Amino acid sequence: MQPEDIKQMIERGLPGARVSVTGDGHHFEAEVVASEFAGKGMIQRHQIVYGTLGGKMGNEIHALSLRTLAPDE
Amino acid sequence: MNTQDKIREQLANDKIVLYMKGTPQFPQCGFSAKAVQLLGACGAKFSSYDVLSDPEIRQGLKEYSNWPTFPQLYVNGELVGGCDIITELFQKGELQQLVAKAMS
Repeated sequence: MQPEDIKQMIERGLPGARVSVTGDGHHFEAEVVASEFAGKGMIQRHQIVYGTLGGKMGNEIHALSLRTLAPDE
Repeated sequence: MNTQDKIREQLANDKIVLYMKGTPQFPQCGFSAKAVQLLGACGAKFSSYDVLSDPEIRQGLKEYSNWPTFPQLYVNGELVGGCDIITELFQKGELQQLVAKAMS
């Protein structure tokens, strides 16, 4: 699992989102800017991103630090 | 009692509950260690459960909360979040308020 793989999965799940991912193959950091986040709390935002990663989160992806922003934040 | 009931009971028993890898004294993951440290900085009294020693609870929680990773912090039975959210709330001063309110 490489940062680019995670970036592509998030972008597929959230069309139009701006996504940047860094990481070492086990621990990753991502910043996601998506209009879907507007009006939602942090829990829901993280759940949306986890949803795009299917069952990989917590398995192949041990840890993903997330920064989630709506476009106007 | 099935796993989901067991989780509900654990959450009903204590106002602040941390599901983590390892124990507060011996955390087995940096993210769990950080969650313990931040709760300590807030003066929180909390119960913790080691998901590494209980695979059923570990899997059951992922389904219960639709949250795939640990640590998971619950206050008054509600999922607050994992390490990132706990850190962000602490930096904003909101974790301190949440803890103080739960313990009052």
